[in-house]
Amino acid sequence: MKNSAGAQTEHSGTTHLLAVGTKKGLWLGTSSDRQNYVFTGPHFLMAEIPSIAIDTREGRTRILVGLRSEHWGPTVAHSDDLGATWDEPERGAITFPPDTGSALERVWQIQPDSADRPGVVWAGCEPISVWKSTDNGEHFELNRGLWDHPHRTEWGAGYGGAAAHTVLPSPADPTTIHVAMSTGGVYRSTDGGASWQPRNNGIGASFMPVDTPEFGQCVHKIARDSNQPEVLFAQNHGGVYRSANNGDSWDNIAQGLPADFGFTILTHPHRSDTAWVIPIKADAERIPPEGKLAVHRTDDGGASWTSFTDGLLEPECNVVLRDAAAVDAASPVGLFFGTRGGTVYASADEGESFVPVLRQLPDVLCVRAAGIEL
Amino acid sequence: MGEVRILVPTLLQPLVGGSAELRLEVGAGAPLSELLDAVAGEFPVFGRRVRDETGKLRRYVNIYLDGDEVRRLDGLETQIAAGQELMIIQSVAGG
Repeated sequence: MKNSAGAQTEHSGTTHLLAVGTKKGLWLGTSSDRQNYVFTGPHFLMAEIPSIAIDTREGRTRILVGLRSEHWGPTVAHSDDLGATWDEPERGAITFPPDTGSALERVWQIQPDSADRPGVVWAGCEPISVWKSTDNGEHFELNRGLWDHPHRTEWGAGYGGAAAHTVLPSPADPTTIHVAMSTGGVYRSTDGGASWQPRNNGIGASFMPVDTPEFGQCVHKIARDSNQPEVLFAQNHGGVYRSANNGDSWDNIAQGLPADFGFTILTHPHRSDTAWVIPIKADAERIPPEGKLAVHRTDDGGASWTSFTDGLLEPECNVVLRDAAAVDAASPVGLFFGTRGGTVYASADEGESFVPVLRQLPDVLCVRAAGIEL
Repeated sequence: MGEVRILVPTLLQPLVGGSAELRLEVGAGAPLSELLDAVAGEFPVFGRRVRDETGKLRRYVNIYLDGDEVRRLDGLETQIAAGQELMIIQSVAGG
């Protein structure tokens, strides 16, 4: 069975791989039960790892990482042997063409396309840009439609920088791609990336003079429903939303949550209308509500939410960043996340209970998980 | 014509074949950017570590020419002469 992340459904006997990107390197763990891990790392000590992809298409496991050294700049590396060795294209996987006059600052997202589009990998970067690779992430080409977009001069920078942080190709239709950027909001292409239109109708922007502008929102993360590709979920800078029409309009589904601020949102790889968020108290108070970490899940498209705290340490004053959470494709689904305080949690029961599998790491920036065949 | 020595920081030495020092032939009045282009031609990853794709020296990379930081000279247009020594050092950054 395919899912939107391009992975296959995982079967029993699978080894579970957990990749944790931090502000000072990458840790890679393997486990048979998603509770007890053996980790290697740090790989790339002192480089931040804001993006990771585990690409299990084509019968092998490729780990792609976007890394960035404060001194030596950003680059993309990949490993086909679980981190024993890493390759980096000599000329760089992502480099801005000379006519842009721009330089890559950070790779925020590496997103393999669906399993029936082998070799295709997308990237979202800072400065705000989308890139496409057709050779398994070894070389990417700048998407000119978004780069030359007339709105570009009006897009801004969130606290972390101006980036396209989410790229969601539709598994149902190779011409449909959604991108989320901070700040700018959600953009959609229905012609394979040749042109892009803002799709933020209903999404708030409390930091702007107009509550619901056409674009300019600080959408922190979007995720696509696995079985209904036209259904999307968004964690906004204030507001949690669901779109039933490919992003044409968004409905606020935050009722029932203790707070509508947060960074991450995840969808179930097999089941419709199931999503997870990890709320933060507010824009101005960036800690979990009451200092207690909780994962909230909806199984009905946001009509109701259930809070899960079993195994999560208290108190917690650190947040979970937009890509510091992930699901795998196993059954039951595993859910994994890390905090800026360096604790990494694993759940083997769809986010209902957790065990800390790493502690006291540097700030966790990115987490990815997948079942692999050794 | 004559040689210029380029001292490579430990972290970048694996990118230039393990050498702590490179030696390049330079003509009279060659700008630093040309030297870096020549090194990057042979060692592209090293080149990308030192400068970004626009050719700009990365913010926290310092290059000293006989002890003077090149940003205080003419930057990448600084003229390099045979017999001089370039030292590449990462500056203070990070936490």
